[in-house]
This record gives sequence, structure tokens and C-alpha cells, in this order.
Amino acid sequence: MDPITQMTQNLKHNIKNPPKGPTFQNLILQLQKYWGDRGCVIQQPYDVEVGAGTMHPETFLRVLGPKPYRVAYVQPSRRPADGRYGENPNRLFKHHQLQVILKPAPADVQDLYLQSLAAIGLRLADHDVRFEEDNWESPTLGAWGIGWQVLLDGLEITQFTYFQQSGGIDLDPVPVELTYGLDRICAYLQGVDSVYDVRWSDDRSYGDVRLLEEQEFSAYNFEYADPVVTRKLFELHEKEATQLLDVYKGQGDTRDPRFPLLAAYDHCLKCSHLFNLLDSRGVISTTERAQLIGRVRQIACRTASGFLAQQEQAASQGETTTETTGASR
Amino acid sequence: MKGAMDFLFEIGCEEIPAGMLPGAVKELQAILEKYLKTSNLLLEAPVETLGAPRRLAASCASIRERQPDEVRELTGPPKSVAYDAAGKPTRAAESFAQKVGIPVAKLTMVTTPKGEYLSAKQVIKGKPATEILEDFLPRAVAEITWPRSMYWTGADGLRFIRPIRWVVALLGGKPLKFTLGDAKAGNSTAGHRFLGKSKIPVTSAKDYVQKLRANFVLVKAEDRRKKIDAELGKLAAGKGLRIHADAHLLDLVTYLNEFPSAIMGGFDPAYLELPDEILLTVMRGHQKYFGLEKKNGSLAPHFLAVINLDKDRAGLIRAGHERVLRARFADARFFWETDQKCRLADYLPKLAAVTYQAKLGSYGEKVERVRALARWLAEQWFASGIPQASVGAADRAAELAKCDLVTDMVREFTELQGVVGGLYAKAQGEPEEVAWAVYDQYKPAGLDDPIPRNLTGQALALADKMDSLVGCFAVGLVPSGSSDPFALRRAAMGIVKVLVESKLPVSLSMMIAKSARTLESSPRKIQVSPEVEKQVLDFLLDRARFVLKERGGLAYDEINAGLAAGADDLVDAVRRIEAVKAIRKTKNFEPLAISFKRIRKILDKAGPEAGWKLPAVRAELFTEDAELDLYQRAAEVAKEADRQKRDSRYREALQKIAGLRPEVDKFFEEVMVMAEEEDVRKNRLTLLAGLLAEFSTIADFSEIVAAESGK
Repeated sequence: MDPITQMTQNLKHNIKNPPKGPTFQNLILQLQKYWGDRGCVIQQPYDVEVGAGTMHPETFLRVLGPKPYRVAYVQPSRRPADGRYGENPNRLFKHHQLQVILKPAPADVQDLYLQSLAAIGLRLADHDVRFEEDNWESPTLGAWGIGWQVLLDGLEITQFTYFQQSGGIDLDPVPVELTYGLDRICAYLQGVDSVYDVRWSDDRSYGDVRLLEEQEFSAYNFEYADPVVTRKLFELHEKEATQLLDVYKGQGDTRDPRFPLLAAYDHCLKCSHLFNLLDSRGVISTTERAQLIGRVRQIACRTASGFLAQQEQAASQGETTTETTGASR
Repeated sequence: MKGAMDFLFEIGCEEIPAGMLPGAVKELQAILEKYLKTSNLLLEAPVETLGAPRRLAASCASIRERQPDEVRELTGPPKSVAYDAAGKPTRAAESFAQKVGIPVAKLTMVTTPKGEYLSAKQVIKGKPATEILEDFLPRAVAEITWPRSMYWTGADGLRFIRPIRWVVALLGGKPLKFTLGDAKAGNSTAGHRFLGKSKIPVTSAKDYVQKLRANFVLVKAEDRRKKIDAELGKLAAGKGLRIHADAHLLDLVTYLNEFPSAIMGGFDPAYLELPDEILLTVMRGHQKYFGLEKKNGSLAPHFLAVINLDKDRAGLIRAGHERVLRARFADARFFWETDQKCRLADYLPKLAAVTYQAKLGSYGEKVERVRALARWLAEQWFASGIPQASVGAADRAAELAKCDLVTDMVREFTELQGVVGGLYAKAQGEPEEVAWAVYDQYKPAGLDDPIPRNLTGQALALADKMDSLVGCFAVGLVPSGSSDPFALRRAAMGIVKVLVESKLPVSLSMMIAKSARTLESSPRKIQVSPEVEKQVLDFLLDRARFVLKERGGLAYDEINAGLAAGADDLVDAVRRIEAVKAIRKTKNFEPLAISFKRIRKILDKAGPEAGWKLPAVRAELFTEDAELDLYQRAAEVAKEADRQKRDSRYREALQKIAGLRPEVDKFFEEVMVMAEEEDVRKNRLTLLAGLLAEFSTIADFSEIVAAESGK
């Protein structure tokens, strides 16, 4: 069937039986619109492999220090061990999070969140929406927070966390992180049992768009990735990150205001992903596991404290400039 | 009540974890009551505390408007120092007057046994309750303890379990003035998140409970529990089904909802092929659903969920829950099928890569040790006349015991370890005896949990726990305070319970020694010193005291008396302790126990045995009838008691011994033990020592705390 005929048929079908719920792409647009309207910068996904939206520098680094910030973005998140070759209707190697950071957390943040559910078409009185205790912790990032998983009629749809620490640093003000599980929310809204049956656009399914990727990466993560090479890559990225952080430390008070800490962080993310890959290949023992996590955490924490120092340096220079301008007027 | 005011306090909070709410409700009550009492504000009525997910509340009907004035009598310098010869106040008197804030002229004298002293009556004005509560309540809130608290208004802000968003604090209907975090106290509460109003003015405790009810919040846990119970029961009865009882889950949903309602859902009966244990774990653990049973006890393809709404208006909630459960069951079926693509024993090699503990090695190594110990136990039992004890079954069960740790099912449902192994073993045709042993190996999980159902399971449970205990102690992992990461207290409790309830004959010291030698001869060669073995034994006996007291309803002194007379065979020890308990109420027993205590003291005072003990009592050295009587009577009693003891008729034996009381009493009335003549004295001491030794083999009477002397 040619594409035009196909589309016309779809259209006819749709007029008779209007499909339930928004398409995957419209769901994203609705949430981005909602949070954009509430003062969030709408960012783009990070272009290095990450396991969660929290690892995006827009979260991990922006939550540090005193500056208020609001941001929202979609983050495709890779979890090599969760892949199921596209055969499990709910488990994915790569799922999509919509990540929202509100810093500081507003007092009505739960209401703001609940209204976002209304914005994607849920009538709250028709559903059982609840906040159940679930504290979040990322040992690789030296980050943790207090919060809940939000359940919609028994389905976990969002992780809701008041950040307390990131990169081993106590956070003040306290940011709130909302992480929507887009794939499962969309399947729920559309009333389909398998994520692969989700309509991504009007005429393309989630399976059309992503199935091959799930199959290939499951095969790679479980079978084809060379453990020796992967380990080597981990060590190389670790080396480069450590090298950068050592130079930064060596510069002391005379440090370059443009010092590439963001690059060090990219290498940290690479390490984290490669660690996950080694884990899914099943080549890490329990003791080595803890050790590798500790090594990644060390880079993450060093980057975070470096970033904070850099921010403080920039802020104090900013103040000096303002004072000078004021004096010259 | 005159001057009594109504007090209402509510901490409006974002959702408090259900598991922590009951404890917090209790703690808030204790904190408030204690403080109101010490500050003399509480009249009569108690403080009542309430809790629902978004609030902790307290009320009290009788708070004093202000503290009563307090008169304090202060004593100053003695009269001789306070006034000079002319009767004029000295500097000492003046400085005392200044200190208490009363003019010298108004000071009085008080007569004490030491003489006359200057004295002052100081009246401390009571403060108004408002002032005290405004100062105290913020501190009371900070005093509630949580496993892991948070801050939200900044790093030095208030810490609590979740952000506090509103506060109600009314005394006599008037709002108190203070803040918690960034929430100002006022008179406005909030109803149900979706069904109620978000700002509801309240005037009193009664008004509070009623208005909340009207706004779909049942703030009293009892009301919520009743509603849940009634609705669950009604739904189940409607289908002719029975709820799979789960008290813990009922507690959880009571504290998880502000306005709980029950709904029923169903699932594809095809899933009933999966074992009930797995279906129930999926429903209970992840989804907090109650399972439903048919009359014959098997599961029905329905479940009950408790939702936080008045009803499922559009039927969407039921559909949603069914959908989630479908996915969970599909996962479980996937695990059940893929795990069993190979046999349980095929997972054994993988255990070499799973660490039990760094110094004790992998689970693979542990399995080998547990096998050796389980075989040894079965051998011992067989040799002592228990023909069902099978060395082969014990060995096989121990070999398979830990295989399920590397299956997907246990990775997903950790709480099902053991159970899953047992189910796979059964499905794969292992003998019932072996399959149930694997299934039950972690039993008993607590004081009220039953022990493994069969002999092989009991051998496996004992062996596994003993290996953990001896191994961990040997590498220095001894539980201290609240830190017990390898759950060794539970392991020791389990050993005691299995032995006591199965009534199997096991020598504790021999089992510890066997476990120790097994560790030493394992490839890792873990050394276990005699001190460590002793330490393990003491640890086990300590748990034994606890188990017997809590489960057996035995008193500490009875337990100590029994254990002091021998604790290596716990089953025998328990029989002896029970005999003590049974006869302790008889008239002779406690007085005799007191006499035995006296004997022990006399012997202790007499110094080392070498200084006085004769090879045997010499009847010719007796000078009093009482000592001869005691000697002869004791010999008769000993003979008879001994015979009864050998038949384990401890109660009769003890009764016999208790019958010695008149002779013992008479002895102490008429005989001076520490006679001047050396021979006579030594003879008497020897008589008493013999008596004590002879009659302490069932229970050490001197451990008994007699009723009149208190505990």
C-alpha cells in the first residue's frame, strides 16, 4: 500500500474510532508546553549516553549553588541491563524520561505536578493518584533525595524527589526533581498493553520507530560488547577525567575561568555508562562492582566541587565588575 | 472543667510514609503529654493523637489557661551569719535578699535540724499556656524521630519527614502564633487532595474531625480501618470468596489513604497455573492488593485494591490496576518459564560468583559447609534413634538451597528466596522432603513464625544458621547494639526455636564445634578459636533466654535456674525449666530455694573447697540430730530423685527435693555451720556442698528469685 492510501485509511479509521490519548510526540509537546509556561527553560536531551535524566548537566550541575533555575527536557535514558530484545511489553533498554528541575522547590509543587497530569488529559477525580514513599539515591553520582513514586491507578508514573545532595554536596536551596516515565504514561493514556503498540505519531508506532534499536542494543549489551575493550574504554575515560581534574586542582587560585570541567563531566558520564555495560555483560563481581561505582563517584564529586568553585569565582568576579561600573558612573 | 481549654494541633504535611505514621502518632503523643505534664498545663484528659498520610494531629480537652503560681522556699545563710550581735542584717543577709528579690525585712526564719536559717518565699508566676505552647510546639515537632529526615527551606531549616505545608494550632479556639519551616500556624486545615476543600477553617478538636470527614478525610486510623475491613469483606462475600488474611497489608493501606475505599478487580485465570506464593507476592508486595481465596483455599482470579477515593467513578481505576497486574504477572510467568529452562542444580556453579561475605567467601563455599553440617545433624539424629533422618536428603537439600539466589524470579522478588527454590525443586521432581526443606530453609523468620515442617528442613535451617553464626563470629562480625547486618540475632533465635519446638536432641557445643571444624577444613581455612566457640554458645543461650521468656511464658529466674544446671541440650533444659515453673508455686519450693541460696553464700564465704572439703561426710562427726536427719533424708531423696531424673520426670524429682524443706529448715535452726571445732565444721560444710551439688543438676535453685524478695 502506498503511503498516501495508508494515511487516508488511517484517517478514515480515526474518524470512526478516535484513538485514545495523545501520541507519544504530542504527550512530550504538551508537557514541555506546560512546564515552559511555568518558567522552565526547555532544554534538549544530553548528547552523551546517560542512565537517567538526573545525569544531564542541566540537573547534576545546575542544582549546585545558590542560583535559582527551572528547566525541563526529555532525556532518553540507557539502562543496558534492562533490555529485553524488544520482547517484553514494558521493559526497555532505552526509555524516555521527562525531567523537570525547579530550584528552589516551590511550596505548591505537588499541585503544580498534579495539574500537569490534568494538562495531558487525566481527570484527577477519576483516578487513584497517590504519593508513595520512595527515596531516590544514585551512588555513582553521590546524589540522593527524599520523595515518592507517584502511582496512577497502581502504575508508577513519576519519581518525585526533593534533592538533598548532589556530587556529595549539600544542596541549598533545595531543588525538586520530577521524572516522568513517558513511555509507560503514554501506553496508559492510549490504553495499550505493550509499549510497542503506542502511537508515536499519527501513523507510526513506537515499535516502528524503536524496535530495531531495542533488539540491536540488547544483543550488543548482553552478547557482543567486548568486555576487555569496554573495560579499557572505561579506564581511558577515567584517565582523561582524572587528568583534567588534577590540572584544575594544580591551577589553584590562578585557575582558568574557562577551564573545561564540563568535559571532565562528559568523561564521567562515559564511565558511568561503560560501567552499566560491563554490568549487563555479567563480568563484574560484587566486590568489583562497589569499587567501580566508587571510582565513578569520585570523579562526579570532584567535578561537582570544582564546578561550584568555578561558579563562586565567576560570581565574585561579577560583583567586582558591577562595583567598578558603579564607581565609574 | 473550670479554666480548661480545648487544644488542637495539626501538622499538615506532604505524604508521610505509611510505615512511619503509626510510630510518629505515638511519639507525638508521648512528647506532648510529657511536656504538658512537666510544665503543669495538663488538667485531666489525656492527649489524643491522630494521623493520616497528609497530617499528624493532636488534641486535648483540658489544658490550663495558665500555669499555677509556684511557691518556692529558699534557704539562705544561718541566723548566726545573717545577723550581727546587734540583730542587724549583715552583708550575707542583704545579698541573699537581693538574690531572691525580696526586701531583707520580709525574709523569715526557718528551723532545721542544723539550726535556724534565713528563708524566703519566692512566688514564681505561672506563664500563660499560649506563651508556653508557642515556644514549645516547634521544638516538639523537631523532637519526633524519623529514619531519614529532610530539609526543604534551606540547609539550616527545620528537618522533618516531608515538607510541612500548613499548621493548625488552636488553644481555646484561638490560633497560636509560631511557624514550622515556612508554614505559619493558623486555624485552617486541608481536606482530601482531590475530593475536599483545600482551606477549611476549624474551631475545635470536635469540629476538626467532623469537618475533615465532610471533606473526605478520616483522620482517625480506626475509622479508616473499619471502613476498609467492611468494604473488603462485603466485596469478597459478594463473590462467595474469602480474603487471604494479611494483617501487615491491612495496616499499610490504613495509613496509606485518607479516604480508603475498596474495589475489586480480576485477572486471567490462566495465571493461576503459577504457584499461589508467587501470585500473592506480586499482588501484595508491588501492588498492595489482597488476594482472594475459594472455599478450598486455592486462589481465585480476583483481587481487592484499596484506593484513596470515595469510588471508582468511571471504572478507569479498576481497569488501570488490572492492566498493571497483567504486566506484573506476565513478568512473573516469564521468570518462571525461563528460570526453569535449566534445572535448579545447574545454577550451582554460578554461586561461586556471588559473595556471601568477603572473608567467608562465596555462596558456593557456604553451600559446601552447610552440606557437611546438615549431613552431620542427620547422622546424629539417625544414631540417636530417629530412623526418618536421612543423610542423603539433608545433603541434597543443602546442595540446592541457595541455587534460587541467581534466578531471575528471586532477583525480582527477593522476599521469595527459598520459596522459589522449593517450588522449582518440586516442579522438577525432587522428593517432597527435599523440596519442602529448601522451601522452609529461612524459617523461622521471627518469633511467631513456624519452624520448617520436616526433619530435613530442620537440619538445613540449623546448619545454614549455625554456619552463618560461627563463620561471622570467627571473622569478627559480632552484632553490636542495633548493628547486625547479617541478621545473626535472628539466626540464633531461629536455631533456638527449631531445637525447642522440634524437640530434636542436639548438643549445642558439639554442633558449634562441628561447624568450627568445617570452617577450618574448608579451602579458606577459617580459624575458629575456643573463645569464639564459647562466644557463640553464650550468644545462643542469650537468645534462648529471650525466646523462652517471650514464647514459653517462662520467667527469667526459672530460665536461669534451668540453664545454670546445664544448657547443652536445650530440649532437656526446657523440660527442666518447665518443671521448675510447675512446682514453684508449691509451698516448699521457694523457701527451699532461699535456703539453697544461703548454702551457696556459706560455701562461698568458706573459701576454696581445698581448705575444707572432706572426701566424704563422716556421720560420726555429727553432733546434732538435725544434721544427721538431713544427711539421711537427703540420701533417700537423692536416690529417688535420681531415678526420676533419669526418666526425665523432672517435676516429680523436684517435688521430691522440695520435700527436704523441713529437714533443711531444722538444720539451719539448730546447727551452727561454722562450728569452732575444725572437724565438725568441715564435715558440715561438706554435707552442704554435697547437698547443693546433688540437687542442682535439674535446676540451680539459688538462681530463683523468691517472691517476697522481689525481682
